[in-house]
Formats: sequence, C-alpha cells, structure tokens
Amino acid sequence: MNVQPTTNALQEKKYIRSNEPVFWGLFGAGGMLTAFLTPVMVLVTGLLIPLGIIDADHLSYDKLHGFASSWYGAAIILVLVALPLWHTLHRIFHSLHDLGIKRGRDWQQVICYGFAFAVSVFVFTLLLQMLTQ
Amino acid sequence: MSKRKPYRREMNNDWWLKNIFYSKYMIREGSSIFITLYSLILAWGVFRLSQGEEAFNAWLSALQHPVSIVFHLLVLLIALYHTITWFSLAPKAVDLYIKGKPLDGKLIVAGHYITFTIVTIFCLIVIML
Repeated sequence: MNVQPTTNALQEKKYIRSNEPVFWGLFGAGGMLTAFLTPVMVLVTGLLIPLGIIDADHLSYDKLHGFASSWYGAAIILVLVALPLWHTLHRIFHSLHDLGIKRGRDWQQVICYGFAFAVSVFVFTLLLQMLTQ
Repeated sequence: MSKRKPYRREMNNDWWLKNIFYSKYMIREGSSIFITLYSLILAWGVFRLSQGEEAFNAWLSALQHPVSIVFHLLVLLIALYHTITWFSLAPKAVDLYIKGKPLDGKLIVAGHYITFTIVTIFCLIVIML
C-alpha cells in the first residue's frame, strides 16, 4: 500500500507579500503634505517672492544655505521636496491604467516609483553634500 | 492556453470627458502632473543652492519670468483643488468614534480646513521672520 505522508497536504500555503502598503503609505503621507503645505509653498516660492510682495531677502542664499546646512533644515527640505513626488507618481501610475495604457504595467511601475526614488536620492545627496561641507 | 475568449467591453480613452464626475476625478489625478513639475523646480533650486550664491540667485530670478508666474498661479489653483478633494475624503479615512458614536464627517472636514488655515498663516509668518 502506498501511504502518502500527511505532512505534504498540510504544508502551509506560501503567501507572496505585496509591496503595495509601502507605496500606499508614502502616497498617503505625500498627499497629506501636498494638501496642507503645497498651496502655501507655491504661494511663497512661486508668487510672493518673485513678485516682490515678500522681500527676496527672506529667501536669500545665505539664509537658505544656512538652513539647508543644519541637519533639521536638510530633513525638512528633503521631506518638502521629495515626499509629494511619492504621492504624485503613484497617482500618475494608476492614471496610466485609467487611460487604458495596458502595455508593460510592471515597467510603468518601475519607471514611476523609480522616478520618485531618483529625485529623492538626488535631493538627499545634495543636502548631504551641503551638510558635510 | 485557455481557449476561452472573454468578452471585453470596448473603452475609449475619452470616457472621462463624457461625465462631469469622471472629469473631476481626472482633473484631481491630473493635478499630480503639475505638482510633480513644481517639486522638480524645487529640486532644481536645491541643486542651484548647492552650487553657490550666483547659481542660486539665477534660479531665483528665473522664477520672476512671466511664464513662471503664470505657471505657479496655475499650480496654486490646482494644488488648492487637490486640497479640497483630499479634505472632502478625510471623513472616510479618519472615521473617529467618540464614546461609541461616529464623529460627524462635517466636523472632521472643518477641522482639516481650520488646520490648513493655521498651517498656511504659520508658514507665511515663519518665512518672514
């Protein structure tokens, strides 16, 4: 008689963990930051200072370089510049599906999140360079 | 290979233009493109900052170009649209219960707008210090 070992049947099913929670977390955090801070950031850097309504001295090289050269300033700048990208590129990735672009979904994902990652690393490196100068 | 040939309803790429609800959805998603560009402008500013005073001042004066002003005005409007849509979804995300009773969604949304106003005023004061 051929008795099959019962352990095989009871073997646990292997689950492949999704990477979605990580990206969704960054998407949510970026969306929060974009909702609360992007309007005032655009108002200051894009309108009030270029139009001279706020004196440009408030965003002068010395002031900003000093801020970027402190560890907390560097951290704040990194979050303000890079985090919204993790939100926007997530949305762009899903919008490509909405627009019916079916080809190479996994490459679309790599390119979208990879872009956010690349810019984050770019800014991080520059800030680290200023921090250690 | 399966021989099954499931029916797939045809979907044109302009589906979101035919219904205002879907159009608003796509405008919300499209806001991402403008916010991405704005983040890239800031990232470029950090790059110029690292290059020295002259480079940074060139970045600042480039922001004074009329095209830049118009672009930032557009980004501001579209970012505010993102804010409105984000806050209107907040009750679904927050879902607070106080003493077993769900908190009214309007209160959660109002709380977000109050926080938004305080944050905005706070940032404007901080930059002018």
